[in-house]
Amino acid sequence: MSETGTSVVKRGMAEQLKGGVIMDVVTPSQARIAEDAGAVAVMALERVPADIRRDGGVSRMSDPDMIDSIKAEVTIPVMAKARIGPFVEAQVLQAIGVDYIDESEVLTPADYAHHIDKAPFTVPFVCGATNLGEALRRISEGAAMIRSKGEAGTGDVSQATTHIRTILGQIKRLTTMDSSELFEAAKEMRAPIQLVRETAELGRLPVVLFTAGGVATPADAAMMMQLGADGVFIGSGIFKSGDPAARARACVEATAYYEDAERIAKVSRGLGEAMVGIAVDSLGAGDLLANRGW
Amino acid sequence: MTVGVLALQGDVREHVHALEAVGATARPVKRLADLSGLDGIVLPGGESTTMGRLLGIFDLLDPLRALLGDGLPAYGTCAGMILLAAEVVDGRPGQELLGGLDITVRRNAFGSQVESFESDLDVEGVGDVHGVFIRAPWVERAGPSVQVLARVGEHPVAVRQGHLMATSFHPELTGDTRMHELFVRRLVATEGGRP
Repeated sequence: MSETGTSVVKRGMAEQLKGGVIMDVVTPSQARIAEDAGAVAVMALERVPADIRRDGGVSRMSDPDMIDSIKAEVTIPVMAKARIGPFVEAQVLQAIGVDYIDESEVLTPADYAHHIDKAPFTVPFVCGATNLGEALRRISEGAAMIRSKGEAGTGDVSQATTHIRTILGQIKRLTTMDSSELFEAAKEMRAPIQLVRETAELGRLPVVLFTAGGVATPADAAMMMQLGADGVFIGSGIFKSGDPAARARACVEATAYYEDAERIAKVSRGLGEAMVGIAVDSLGAGDLLANRGW
Repeated sequence: MTVGVLALQGDVREHVHALEAVGATARPVKRLADLSGLDGIVLPGGESTTMGRLLGIFDLLDPLRALLGDGLPAYGTCAGMILLAAEVVDGRPGQELLGGLDITVRRNAFGSQVESFESDLDVEGVGDVHGVFIRAPWVERAGPSVQVLARVGEHPVAVRQGHLMATSFHPELTGDTRMHELFVRRLVATEGGRP
């Protein structure tokens, strides 16, 4: 008997990515640079978040031809983004054989009440979260991997720091609670009690937790790992910088050797300019992508 | 008995737990110094291209090849199987391998993630095993001294050659520690560790 699309297979796929860097790419040649640098996966999309932010308008799932061209270029997993809510975009991405779907706040939401019901899909999903309740709600909908949101397309790592600290801090507090306190915590977080209990017992999420949103330097990536992330998504930070290939290699090395300051120092030299970026505190509340998701 | 787990990337924690469950002392291996005094080593699941590149950058490739050549017992799962193979088909051009097993593996042989699957297997010397296959490779060619322990269809998915063994599937994800037990009791204990 052989079965595809099981929870073990979907969550297990994310376990294989741990300790790695997943990079946003918009062309096959960028995908090649990412794979050569040692990325564990690429995220195929039409515009990196910094450009989505600059251009405005409605941002949607990428053209399947564009995703196919990236799949043809590399041997590592290819992920693609769907908007929050539109399950048909996810059906399309599954039909063309992407390895993981990111139901992402970076694209313009298409449903302001519902996320995609992810459990029935064969393809696994990763979803963003700013706190533990949001992460557990996404897992209850079938997400097989969580990434803290940060603030995509800014090059400002402050929100990534806040979100990963928040999620891990809330988990730490759960581990100290008795069973009646866990009920109260589940209510407050609007999360299913079974997942709250499981998280408290494990002392971590029941799925892999990456971080994302504003990571731009090897030191940023290593800090996310030291804070307790299982791995790092880098969006605009690589291909909006002066020397993407060198920066990509450096970020991979810093993520693998995140506790070794000498190595991080070594790989941080001579990388050219980092992405210019936007300080998050200069953005209005309406410009914050992390607020999308419910 | 101290068994290393290559900890550059991948599902290291799961292998550490499985090794400890069968009574071995597990040691994550990231640096050259971590290799000394090991009785065996596990190469975990992950991305073989990433691990190969990091092995090269951090000067572990040649020392590890030398240890395997000297008889250090090793067990590779999925990406680890690819690293132990003599040859890879559908890999990245110029992909770095450790080698040791006289096999050719096909990378992502079963297809992309939507084709990843769970299936019951009959593993020689172990019995019924529930295999978890994630973008898994299969063995395309096995040399005469390679013993095939399990197959999916006609393709070998578990092999052993002396002090080296490899599986396309991930026993570390299932809580079934019999494959790790086989490795520790039969390969590490009898093939002998490093002097």
